Amino acid sequence: MESILPGAVALALATAYLIVLLRVENQNTILALLGVGIAAVLVANWLGWLAPVGRSFGEREDVLGLLAIVAAIVVASYFHEDHFVLLLLCTVLLYTVATLGLNVQFGYAGVLNFAGASFFGIGAYTAAVLNQHTAIPHLIVLLIGGLMAALIGCLLLLPVLRTRGHYAAVVTIAFALLLKTFLEVNDVLGGPQGLQVRSMNVLGWSFNNNIEIGGLRLSFYTSYFATSLLILIGAFVLVRRLERSWIGLNLDALRLDETAAGCFGLNIVRWKVTAFLLGNFLIGIAGTLQGMVVGFVQPNNYTFADSLIFVSILLLGGIGNPWGVAVATVIVVIVPEKLQVIQEYRFLLYAALVMMVLLFRPEGLLPRPVRSYFPGWRP
Amino acid sequence: MTRKPAEDSTKFAPVLAARGLTKRFGGVLAIDHLDLEVAQGEILGLIGPNGSGKTTFFNVVTGIYGADSGSVTFGGADITQASPQAVYHAGISRTFQRSRLSLPLSIFDNIMIGNHKRLNQRLWFNLIRRDAFKREYESSFHEARALVEVFDPPLANRMFEAVVGLPMIDRRRIEICRALISQPKLLLLDEPSAGMTHDETTQLMNDILEVRDRIPGLTIVIVEHEMGVIERSTDRCVVLNFGRKISEGTFTKIAADRQVQEAYLGLQ
Ligand SMILES: Nc1ncnc2c1ncn2[C@@H]1O[C@H](COP(=O)(O)OP(=O)(O)O)[C@@H](O)[C@H]1O
Ligand SMILES: [Mg+2]
Repeated sequence: MESILPGAVALALATAYLIVLLRVENQNTILALLGVGIAAVLVANWLGWLAPVGRSFGEREDVLGLLAIVAAIVVASYFHEDHFVLLLLCTVLLYTVATLGLNVQFGYAGVLNFAGASFFGIGAYTAAVLNQHTAIPHLIVLLIGGLMAALIGCLLLLPVLRTRGHYAAVVTIAFALLLKTFLEVNDVLGGPQGLQVRSMNVLGWSFNNNIEIGGLRLSFYTSYFATSLLILIGAFVLVRRLERSWIGLNLDALRLDETAAGCFGLNIVRWKVTAFLLGNFLIGIAGTLQGMVVGFVQPNNYTFADSLIFVSILLLGGIGNPWGVAVATVIVVIVPEKLQVIQEYRFLLYAALVMMVLLFRPEGLLPRPVRSYFPGWRP
Repeated sequence: MTRKPAEDSTKFAPVLAARGLTKRFGGVLAIDHLDLEVAQGEILGLIGPNGSGKTTFFNVVTGIYGADSGSVTFGGADITQASPQAVYHAGISRTFQRSRLSLPLSIFDNIMIGNHKRLNQRLWFNLIRRDAFKREYESSFHEARALVEVFDPPLANRMFEAVVGLPMIDRRRIEICRALISQPKLLLLDEPSAGMTHDETTQLMNDILEVRDRIPGLTIVIVEHEMGVIERSTDRCVVLNFGRKISEGTFTKIAADRQVQEAYLGLQ
């Protein structure tokens, strides 16, 4: 059995690196730091050190997953007073959840969805409306937000099922534009200015207040961070189990060869619909919480360009690999926030990054390994 | 199963029967009023020059293409309009002339695709009841492994390797395992030895015959160009030319048929 050590060491180094990167403000230092990071990964790869890391994550995922949770908590604790960093971390966690949803759709079932941000936005708008006008407990609102995204996604089912490949993609793009226009002209939903979203409140505990424990002061974002982390853990486990089951196999089979899959009894419609709804559900939940975290929604936050961010994360990280999705989200969300020079050009950067990946490493930074249903299992 | 006594008394009760089956692609009559019966338990060789409609016959039987006229019955039930899914559930499985494995997936995954109807596909079972899932997974694994072992024991130790790295002979073996794992009643093999050497072909056919002996009542229709294989392994042959049946009978009989010789020599 593969040792945990390589994975644990890599995780510790990555955590330390992330803390330093998040802490530093000086732009030149950040540039240097990024250069060092890239160089370190390339050298480690060249020395053959990355393969054992991959293997230990593959075989000991349960333990390393727990360590990754600890690492996330360590980073958040380090920045427990820093609103900005904690907000950034929440964004990373929730974007990871959303991209995991996209991964179920595109990575497994092969259904392209260029309206990811729209479904994210549907969740956020659900939070805005329900938190304002109803007394539904906010944890239930999260669920409803996910269900709303799945439900409205049903509008797209017919085109998604009927047309293959690029046409389905075009239909999702059209949907993204339509939804944005709909939100802009709809006064009930606040028009172009959008709506305020009331902050989360669980069992009488408002997420809007900073937390004081003894002499320790925690940013109010800590509560959001904890909730986001829990949702990510749930989504990760769900997507993992899905992949490592007959259902994950069905999705791969229909993506790779619909005709052959049909000849072995696979109900194409049933599994495509399952993947599409489940994916939108995850995207919707993430969006709902994100709406509460940022406190307002407006049509401009959920554009086609934002959908492209989700897609780039998936391509960059490695289609079908949840760990790759997590790593890629960290890069795509945090680097432009820290490097103000590229803030303006972030979309250019994403485009360039995705093209580089497609050219030089088409399977993404962390390519998806062959399915093992129970890691470490031996016949 | 009201037909059971009839099946026992007549050796050649047809398990699959096509009557007047016709399929056209534009102006091309790919199969032309074809009458064809396959007897329970036999190995039928389906031969004919390229483009004579053999693959199309498989595609129509398995529901990939709808027939333009005529009918197909399987075990007495009409399957002319059946979807590929329904045909598979009825007990027919197949291989493809151009290998259609899912290349990035492992050997085990590919074989499990063929096992679809025997696996529990419920969401709750797959996602929540992981202990029960693991039991089904383990028993399926051992079954798949035992099947691969018949064809090639070393291959059975590489169940979690991606198919993409395997040579053609191994891919053909896996395709046949994928078709056999669900214990079908009828197996349609479309040029299983395409792209293989003479010796590999012989070996593969021996393995297929070995597996058949383990699955009681398995009927096989095989499309094959290598006449040695057809002679050795089939009980009976049907010869197609331009979508029509031009001859039928034992290999010795059809080999002596002038029409067959002409079709193969390209004389019209
Ligand atoms: N999908 C298709 N579209 C158009 N023509 C086809 C198609 N499939 C087969 N055909 C035509 O039908 C005829 C029979 O082809 P096929 O069944 O593949 O022959 P065989 O398997 O005996 O070599 C050929 O003329 C072929 O060109
Ligand atoms: Mg053919």
